[in-house]
Amino acid sequence: MQSSSSSSTSNQAPTPASSGVSLHPAVSIPAKKAAPVVTPKVQIRNLCFFYGKYQALYDVDMDIHDRQITAFIGPSGCGKSTLLRTLNRIYELYPGQRATGKIMIGGRNLLQRADDVNLLRAKVGMVFQKATPFPMSVQDNISFGVQLYERLSHSDMEARVQWALEKAALWDEVKDKLRQDGTALSGGQQQRLCIARAVAVKPDVLLLDEPASALDPISTQKIEQLITELKKDYTIVIVTHNMQQAARVSDYTAFMYLGRLVEFGDTNKLFTKPDQQQTEEYITGRFG
Amino acid sequence: MSLRQHTSQEFEMELESVRQRILDMGRHVDQVLESSGKALLEHDSELGNRIIVGDQETDSMELEIDHLCLQILARRQPVAGDLRLLTSALKLVVDLERIGDLGVSIAGRVVELGSEPPLTPYEDLMRMLTTAREMLTEALGALQSQDVAAANRVIDKDEVVDAYYTQIFNDVLGRMRESPENIFRATRVQAISKYIERIGDHVTNVAERVIFILTGDDIRHATRMRRSDFS
Amino acid sequence: MNLYLRRRMVNWVGLTLSILATLFGLFWLFWLLWTLFGNGLRWIGPRLFLESTPPPGANGGLANTIVGSVILTIAGVGMGAPAGILAGTYLAEFGRTSRLGAVVRFVNDILLSAPSIIIGVFIYGLIVLRTGHFSGWAGAVALALIVLPVVVRTTENMMRLVPDGLREAAAALGAPSWKVTIVIVYRSALPGIMTGVLLGMARVSGETAPLLFTALNNQFWSTDMSRPFPNLPAVIFQFAMSPYEDWQHLAWAGALLITITILVINIAARMLLKRTRS
Repeated sequence: MQSSSSSSTSNQAPTPASSGVSLHPAVSIPAKKAAPVVTPKVQIRNLCFFYGKYQALYDVDMDIHDRQITAFIGPSGCGKSTLLRTLNRIYELYPGQRATGKIMIGGRNLLQRADDVNLLRAKVGMVFQKATPFPMSVQDNISFGVQLYERLSHSDMEARVQWALEKAALWDEVKDKLRQDGTALSGGQQQRLCIARAVAVKPDVLLLDEPASALDPISTQKIEQLITELKKDYTIVIVTHNMQQAARVSDYTAFMYLGRLVEFGDTNKLFTKPDQQQTEEYITGRFG
Repeated sequence: MSLRQHTSQEFEMELESVRQRILDMGRHVDQVLESSGKALLEHDSELGNRIIVGDQETDSMELEIDHLCLQILARRQPVAGDLRLLTSALKLVVDLERIGDLGVSIAGRVVELGSEPPLTPYEDLMRMLTTAREMLTEALGALQSQDVAAANRVIDKDEVVDAYYTQIFNDVLGRMRESPENIFRATRVQAISKYIERIGDHVTNVAERVIFILTGDDIRHATRMRRSDFS
Repeated sequence: MNLYLRRRMVNWVGLTLSILATLFGLFWLFWLLWTLFGNGLRWIGPRLFLESTPPPGANGGLANTIVGSVILTIAGVGMGAPAGILAGTYLAEFGRTSRLGAVVRFVNDILLSAPSIIIGVFIYGLIVLRTGHFSGWAGAVALALIVLPVVVRTTENMMRLVPDGLREAAAALGAPSWKVTIVIVYRSALPGIMTGVLLGMARVSGETAPLLFTALNNQFWSTDMSRPFPNLPAVIFQFAMSPYEDWQHLAWAGALLITITILVINIAARMLLKRTRS
């Protein structure tokens, strides 16, 4: 589902050339494909985040679109990881960190305390920078998450494990080693195992925090390919410090700086003709 | 947008090198036009011949710029403004090279006209050429000073060149009707004016690309559509 | 003298002093072991393990005290280790920054360095006086109090070693905290925790003072924990200071036995820990 609509923080009227209207009957320009309807899966409004007294996010407003890949980019300390970690409330593991504002998924504000945070995390999965396979067999790694909320028969569980590993492009490599310890796999395989683990519980949204930054270039390529495939079924948000990766992989890109959202838009547009000068300076490497 | 310096100085220098080479090529091509104009005005076939022979410079400049752009694209993965600059440069030099070729073609016609007396004083032709040359200088100047308005004015100025062309065409037609003896010179003059009109079109392309480099707005075919709308 | 030569000389001096200090320590250790083996090895035989402690002048062994010590150690560790593991879990998972956590850690450190005789006297007042007699249970409780702080310390440290990334990954799947702790953290830290328990066991194997005040001793074969209970350290204490030669021989043998036991437990703990690290 490719989207060609763009929204940005400064609303610009489309230029005549980009509207695809034929001005002269003899000269007809094929109209661009009608933009498919893109629905926001997650709506972030007025989000602020605090580490104790220190404010790390200032009034972030953003829509994460359904079954699209949204990338957060920005220099170190800009708040992109912080923003990602609000989406599944994983920051609550640490005292003193809090968020205000609204994050709406399916019409409900997930920042409301009343909601069961563990259930939320089963619906909004996360893969971390450092691959963290559990100290158990590959099979148990995957079934751990599934067993938390689903009651599956032995054969159903095996099928689910296989399905998840296939989705993570890992099945062929580990199908004979399912009982082997998860920590015995290579770095790239471990990370794909973590992705399989996250995918196995069939979440609505998948959060990826610099998933490939600890990997070699070829493993990175495999992960990027994987992410592009996963888009068909999951809404994906990825934080990356590698701009080229964001350019390769994402449909929408959000550029953040010092805790604020500077620009959000269609990736094609943001990387060829960004609206904000700060964005242009960052992506062309003129920062600092 | 005037931006800060690139963090990588080498990259910044490479981009600047591309810009400079484009300007240099523009200047060189303008010189070719100037020489052709001079040859025309002074009926100087020898100068014309020299111009025809010495055109390798334009081609080698085009190749150099192409090569440089390719290298930067491969190694730096540029985006946004930098990317627009490089991809437009690749197209821009084609237009510049064509302008150079047209200048040489003008010299070719000058040689053919030889030392025969001019059909009419070449005032209009010269004004047409001067306008075209001004357009080229202004278009490249707009790139250097990042002036979008100046580039837009260049596009508008093409109407002047087109008007000259129509006028000269009608004039030449009249001369040919007057006497068959005029046909030889008339056709050559008409050819020259056609070349200059093409030069104007190519400079318009250059100006459109400059606008794309500076703003990211691709107005190329819109311009032609607009004009066909009015004519 | 130039800088380079000076550096080399300082290096050489430091290295030499370190080696001398090591040899000094090793010297005493080996003398100790030599003495123990020299005096005790010949008295180790099947009779040692089959017959109970004899009256002076008669032949006998240390069977009752060996069995008694094993029972006391198991009972002590059985009471102290679980409590220690749970407390260590609290400190590592839930009490990292809390006030209560800080207090518990502080008190634990005090308990860890408390002289074992104090613990013996405490249990004497708490249990022996109340019940009116010495007992194996009192001894076990005293040993448990010695095992407890060791296990708390090592459990907390081992669990802290488990990277937070692992906890986050489990939480991110929707696992509640107790599941994270039990399934993920315990699994990772288990060898380390077991090492801690073994170290606690090694510590109490040779404790004498607390047992003197609580379990006292028993000349005869007894497995009744509610009465004075036979144990090896107390017997060594009694026999070594006696004027009877055969009792002294038994004391040497007993001392050697304890030393070997502690050595074996420590080696086992070390090997277990190595498996954790790899």
